[in-house]
Amino acid sequence: MEEKLIKDYSSPGRKGYSLPPLEVEKSELEKDLNGYLREDLELPEVSEVDAVRHYTALSEMNYGVDSGIYPLGSCTMKYNPKRNERVARIAGLTNLHPYQPEKQLQGSLEILYQLKLDLAEISAMDEITLQPASGAHGEFVSLMIVKKYFEDREENRVKVIVPDSAHGTNPASAAMAGFDVVEIASNERGMVDLEALAEALDENTAALMLTNPNTLGIFEEDILKITEMVHQAGGLVYYDGANMNAIMGYAKPGLMDFDLMHFNLHKTFSTPHGGGGPGSGPVGVKDFLAPYLPRPLLKKDEKKYYWDYQRPKSIGKVHSFYGNYGVMLRAWAYIKTLGGSGLKKTTENAVLNANYLKARLKKDFELPYAADSLHEFVLSGSRQKEEGVSTLQIAKRLLDYDQYAPTIYFPLVVKEAMMIEPTETENIGTLDHFVETMLTISREIKKDPELVNKAPHSTTVRKLDETKAARNPDLHW
Amino acid sequence: MDYISNTAAEKDKMMQEIGIEAVEDLFQMIPEAVSAADRLNIEAGISELELMRRAQFQAGKNKSLDQQISFLGAGAYDHYVPGIIDALISRSEFYTAYTPYQAELSQGTLEAVYEYQSMVCDLTGMGIANASMLDGGSAAAEAVTMAARITGNSRVLLPDTVNPAYREVIETYGAGSELEFVNLESKQQIIDPAQIEKNINDQTAVVVLQYPNFYGSLEKMEEISKLIKNKKNTLLLVIANPILLGVLKAPAVFGADIVVGEAQNLGNGLNYGGPNLGFMACKDDRRMLRQLPGRIVGKTTDVDGKEGFVLTLQTREQHIRREKATSNICTNEALNALMATIYLAAMGKEGLKEVGEQCYHKAHYLAKKIDGLSGFEVLNKDNFFNEFVLKTEKDSTVVFEKLLEEDIIAGYDLKNIGENGILVCTTEKRTKAEMDKLVEKLEVL
Repeated sequence: MEEKLIKDYSSPGRKGYSLPPLEVEKSELEKDLNGYLREDLELPEVSEVDAVRHYTALSEMNYGVDSGIYPLGSCTMKYNPKRNERVARIAGLTNLHPYQPEKQLQGSLEILYQLKLDLAEISAMDEITLQPASGAHGEFVSLMIVKKYFEDREENRVKVIVPDSAHGTNPASAAMAGFDVVEIASNERGMVDLEALAEALDENTAALMLTNPNTLGIFEEDILKITEMVHQAGGLVYYDGANMNAIMGYAKPGLMDFDLMHFNLHKTFSTPHGGGGPGSGPVGVKDFLAPYLPRPLLKKDEKKYYWDYQRPKSIGKVHSFYGNYGVMLRAWAYIKTLGGSGLKKTTENAVLNANYLKARLKKDFELPYAADSLHEFVLSGSRQKEEGVSTLQIAKRLLDYDQYAPTIYFPLVVKEAMMIEPTETENIGTLDHFVETMLTISREIKKDPELVNKAPHSTTVRKLDETKAARNPDLHW
Repeated sequence: MDYISNTAAEKDKMMQEIGIEAVEDLFQMIPEAVSAADRLNIEAGISELELMRRAQFQAGKNKSLDQQISFLGAGAYDHYVPGIIDALISRSEFYTAYTPYQAELSQGTLEAVYEYQSMVCDLTGMGIANASMLDGGSAAAEAVTMAARITGNSRVLLPDTVNPAYREVIETYGAGSELEFVNLESKQQIIDPAQIEKNINDQTAVVVLQYPNFYGSLEKMEEISKLIKNKKNTLLLVIANPILLGVLKAPAVFGADIVVGEAQNLGNGLNYGGPNLGFMACKDDRRMLRQLPGRIVGKTTDVDGKEGFVLTLQTREQHIRREKATSNICTNEALNALMATIYLAAMGKEGLKEVGEQCYHKAHYLAKKIDGLSGFEVLNKDNFFNEFVLKTEKDSTVVFEKLLEEDIIAGYDLKNIGENGILVCTTEKRTKAEMDKLVEKLEVL
């Protein structure tokens, strides 16, 4: 281990905290809590300096967007503006208890309401809930809305259709909501196969879940036909908003006749990923689905903003409070900073950057689908695989060059997949450097495949044994 | 301001490489019928200075906890957050990183999560902890569905002493899995074990207990646990308050099979209820582990034999198992878990104990004083930790509003859940002067 564990800095009696004196008379805690008191806690005892040095050392073994390019496909790792962090630390906006009276919170509720309006404008949806705390959480909410809608109509629809290129969260969310998942294959152009869709659709179909552009970065040209087909079968169409950064200002899910969708504020709207979270996954719906949104729903009357709990058809709550408010503040700040034309420019540059990378890489790496793509694209490492090096090792070799790797082995429809999404905030210099590194690795594979197969060489730890980790789980100290 | 670096000349060069003349050419495949009109109807972007002014203006329309005395708890707690936490999590290598898919370049996040899992195991006494859940309510809900999968049963005993917001989240998730809920009514703010005995049967998947419960009282953990252990195929799920586990026995001691809770109170601020931090731990048992949702970090070695950390046991997760996954969870609350880890490191076992004891002594000081006032009574005075139920002969909402005029939030008005009373909470942050002021104002109401 490059940096020992915090517990290994522990020394009995060391302190990293201070508290004011108690001030009040002690009650008989030992007597009152007899049978409930513990004696076995083993938390480390370290000084404040010990802790600061340790976690600083850990941060130095990490890589963020501020370190360099982060081309993870479908993750939209764009720059996280510092001003948004500042907004999210204003005490008057954050030192708020979720059960304070609404009259004390009108400033914050107005911010949330503005965010709702902007998300509705971007998506052409009618009503928005901000409660889901992640994209997958938003998917679950959406599928529960679908379920409740059909229960209300006394229609027994148990099937949810998901393309084989979909994010893994799609089928998982559908299953959690109690649906049977039916997967349909994509056609040779990487798009929804209309025949397969027609075959799958029937009176049991509750919904189709779709990302557009899909995970190959390809826009479903037949989208209006697709939504029409599902509607004709009596089903609903759900939009997975993970790829909104490809269409903001250019297309709206509502206009594509999607009935409901989720957003990822931590992707499209620049809020930091925090090493895996927090995120925020608001859900937008057309009017006819609004009664089913989670309780409470943010509303406004002539005088005030308020939480509406009187929602008899609601699916209920999915979060203890109102969702990840701190993330919403950052997304609000982002939208206010960019404005409508800035958001559109974001999309343009995200798509331009991705197409530039694709143009420069497609000679040396196989491009399995020729169709035009938007903000991301998928290459296959199949040629390099024939030369004895897998996509996994190409990814590991990139780390040696201080760059993060693309999403790999996804979507599942491409062998040795590398899914690349540079986002709009990378400049041409960074993109060129990434291309040159990829080309260098491609040359290394021809000359010295073992060099790449043994990568990474220069990271704090070298390739880690994942099989051992799973076989003999060591999950805590 | 749009955070785009490329100049017009650079964009021209890129378009040339692609073989297009205008950037709009890249969007030609989008049918006109679905394209947004010429522009988004969103006001033009503003500068940083204007943004900060506007944000401050909005803050000015709020009344934050800095401007009044608050005795609010009920699931979100106002504990002191040491400065070390924001300083460390503001290191952008932490907060601008993604989920650690490339382990070799993410050892910082991974080692911190391993420490977090270790500390959660220590606090709860359980053998396995995951890398975090979205919040306390959803953690409780996913624990209930996990218990149903493990036992193959669908009956859930849900006492009314469990936080009502959590109960609602649990029921929402339960509707997806078609679970059957049996609501148990409490007596004097706790569940009578006889109620459990009466309602538990061979189809019961899980009994849910909150520790301390919503009203701040301690359930008869041992007695109830024995009743559950008599059933072969029923699990005990404990929703614990982690900051109090510096003083209170680990739930594992009472035979908990799964322990979850809200860890916002460990070094995370209030943030109007989010981002919060759900934690989840279970027994070190293969049957349980296979059904555990969420990411897990494990220690392993690299090709040179050096120790390091990876995401592990991923065959439970959605990106591998798709519709057969244990949960759909992907994004979690990693940065909040890091905050909790740093908090626990800084406080250590002595600090956590001292915080818990201060909460206890202060709450009991306040409760005694209130109980001595005429017209007011502390309902659970014989059994509470740092939250208690203030009963009044008057309408609790009237009392609540009157105190609000005095810059005091007396607590959580139980009218919200159909009871006449106020749930009062004290943390180590409340001073004697603040508590005396509450008592003084109650006295003259």
